[in-house]
Amino acid sequence: MSSHESTHPDAPVVYEQFEDIGQQQETYVLGMWSFLVNETMFFAPLFFVYGLYTWKHHADFYLAHALLDWRIGGINTFILLMSSFAVALSVHYAQKGRTRAQLNCLWFTIACAAAFIWIKLQFEWIPKISHGVFPNPEFIQNYPHYAMEHGVPAADPYKARLYYSLYFAITGLHALHVAIGIIVFLALIYLIKKKSSLITDYIPTEMVGLYWHFVDLVWIFLYPLFYLMPRP
Amino acid sequence: MSATVVDKTQEEGLHEPHPKKNYLTADHTIKSWLLTVDHKRIAVLYLISTTFFFFLGSIAAAFIRAELTNPMGTLLTSETYNKMFSAHGIIMVFFFLVAVIPGVLGNFLLPIMVGARDLAFPRLNLLSWYVFMAGGTCFVIALMMGGVDAGWTFYTPLSSLYSNTPITLALVGVFFAGFASIFTGLNFIATVHKMRAPGMTWFRMPLFVWGQYATGVIMILGTPVIAITLLMVAIERMFKIGIFSPELGGDPVLFQHLFWFYSHPAVYIMLLPGMAVISELMACFSRRPVFGYKFVAFSSIGIAALSFLVWGHHMFVSSQSVLQGIVFSLISFLVAVPSAIKVFNWALTMWKGSVHFTTPMIYALGFLGLFVVGGLTGLYLAAIDTDVHLTGTYFVVAHFHYVMVGGTIMAFLGGLHFWWPKMFGRMYSEFWGKLSAIIVFVGFNFTFFPQFILGYLGMPRRYHYYYFAPEWQVYHVLSSAGSTVLGIGFLMPAFYLTASLINGKRAGRNPWGAKGLEWEHADSPPVTLNFDKPVVVTGPVYDYDAEKDSEMIRAGQRLVDMVKGEEEK
Repeated sequence: MSSHESTHPDAPVVYEQFEDIGQQQETYVLGMWSFLVNETMFFAPLFFVYGLYTWKHHADFYLAHALLDWRIGGINTFILLMSSFAVALSVHYAQKGRTRAQLNCLWFTIACAAAFIWIKLQFEWIPKISHGVFPNPEFIQNYPHYAMEHGVPAADPYKARLYYSLYFAITGLHALHVAIGIIVFLALIYLIKKKSSLITDYIPTEMVGLYWHFVDLVWIFLYPLFYLMPRP
Repeated sequence: MSATVVDKTQEEGLHEPHPKKNYLTADHTIKSWLLTVDHKRIAVLYLISTTFFFFLGSIAAAFIRAELTNPMGTLLTSETYNKMFSAHGIIMVFFFLVAVIPGVLGNFLLPIMVGARDLAFPRLNLLSWYVFMAGGTCFVIALMMGGVDAGWTFYTPLSSLYSNTPITLALVGVFFAGFASIFTGLNFIATVHKMRAPGMTWFRMPLFVWGQYATGVIMILGTPVIAITLLMVAIERMFKIGIFSPELGGDPVLFQHLFWFYSHPAVYIMLLPGMAVISELMACFSRRPVFGYKFVAFSSIGIAALSFLVWGHHMFVSSQSVLQGIVFSLISFLVAVPSAIKVFNWALTMWKGSVHFTTPMIYALGFLGLFVVGGLTGLYLAAIDTDVHLTGTYFVVAHFHYVMVGGTIMAFLGGLHFWWPKMFGRMYSEFWGKLSAIIVFVGFNFTFFPQFILGYLGMPRRYHYYYFAPEWQVYHVLSSAGSTVLGIGFLMPAFYLTASLINGKRAGRNPWGAKGLEWEHADSPPVTLNFDKPVVVTGPVYDYDAEKDSEMIRAGQRLVDMVKGEEEK
């Protein structure tokens, strides 16, 4: 695709299917919102299934959830909220044309996202996976030992397996979105530094920002549902 | 639709020393096709690939019909038969019906109809085709590994625990096909909202665009649900986690709920684009504006909205509560309202119109007849008490084939014949076209009407023998014979449409005398960016005049009579 009215080197590129830059910007943002609607429906069945089984096996899920540390989840929530704030700032700086401040905010976001994944792996997934507490045939034997080691009463291992299957599926899908976010942020920074003709206004930053807020929002729902379960 | 042309792109330069290039002749390399971002070329890619999948699915259907001519079921083993109907269903639903009209006609026409140079996200559009082909490849590999046997519905726990066939690969294939459809839907929504030419208001859009828009909404709301649901089945299959399998503490009805939450709306992903095509054909060949334009437009949106509230009617016999059943039954009846609005408005469009019986119109009339049968038998299935008797019988099979084949495929073929001259700039043989339309209609009824009777008598679907009731053989033989006729009817267009590319008469801009931006302002075939100059729409949609058309036909007839009279003297 080539631009058809690039008159000035710094003038925004208008792709050939659009009449003017305004139409292009509006279309991109609308496209991103439609994609987020689609993403919402992508996560929705997982939340629905989790909600249904929590309602059905509340007591067992409550026991199973005791192995999750709400403090680690809380730290991760805080980290993601900070990153969302940084992204909002970076969009603001992009609109003002303050590229250096924008880049700093984006780097900070990437650092937050990487910290989120590192904490998740280091303190949550790896200890569980190394003890065999993840969806696998030996879960039924491994889980009661692991619970005993942590000094919490064990739930019915079959229900606990369902709980941890959903936990790994949903937080895994979310972490995948975080990882994709890191890649997209890195690509954005690279293109901005290269002064690519793809990035001549704030719209790409805004679109990536919308995506990141969505990823953050998913976690805002995940955290209380998994970590802060009410007593049955 | 009348439109004026504003010349504001003088700098682009319209002087052409060479013959004008269109989107087909713009570049001839294979790379220029495989890396194209032109919505018209992507439509052609979709046409080739969906045709391939249609023939693949038809071969499976041929085996099914051959098997059922004999009550003992001696041609195929039970396992092979299960794989045949699974392949038929999965290919036809996910790799043909869902993709065909949006992918081919929608991609080609939607931007032109709203006066845009391309879809909003051309690269996403190309990605959509690649993802579609990746999905198709996964499924074809699954077929080569022996095929899957869980049916197109992938019901658990058969699909997640017991089946020993490459189900996971098939699920991945369907997952990819779903994302192809999501990307197309996203593109359509953004294009309709933001890419309309100046003067192209919402109520000046052709009804084709309204239909594709409603389809796009269902695609982005429904398709991700099936994607993640099938992923859960795949995870359950790999890690034995027990979301859907009762043996592991899961709930198979939960799978059915999630599956039908998408798969009922998917019926409208397949049907709404077909209805969208029919509106165009009815207006053009009756030479009248579509009767009750706004009602037809909003009935598409209405169907899209209702489609998400009726999935439970697939589950009247699967442990759903009676209250749920009653609610779903009542809402299902409501779908008849917007559907009937469409049918009555199409019929009234022809009333006092100047009806031309061309090939596309014969397909459209066939659609009308078959869709009415398909729709009305749907009411039997929406009513709980008759449904309990008819669930899982050939009555259901006949019903959804009347809607899917009689509706979607008739509409697709009608639309393909209508816009063929626009897509490739050539006319096909009207004689062969009309003949194929009639053969398809007759063959279709021979194939599927007997199945209503079979279903009423109690023939279960997915059985490959019926030695317990050999008196059904006559209906099965009738159906199989009809399917041969239907197959011939489907094969014919492949030949005469291909032949038209080589020796067809040049079509010119507007061979049908139709209204609409694609006919009045774009060449046949269109240039790469669709229009030579940006269009501004100033008049209403479907600006036809049936009176004038009839008068001209009468005047022509008088002229012919006069000449004949002179000759006789």
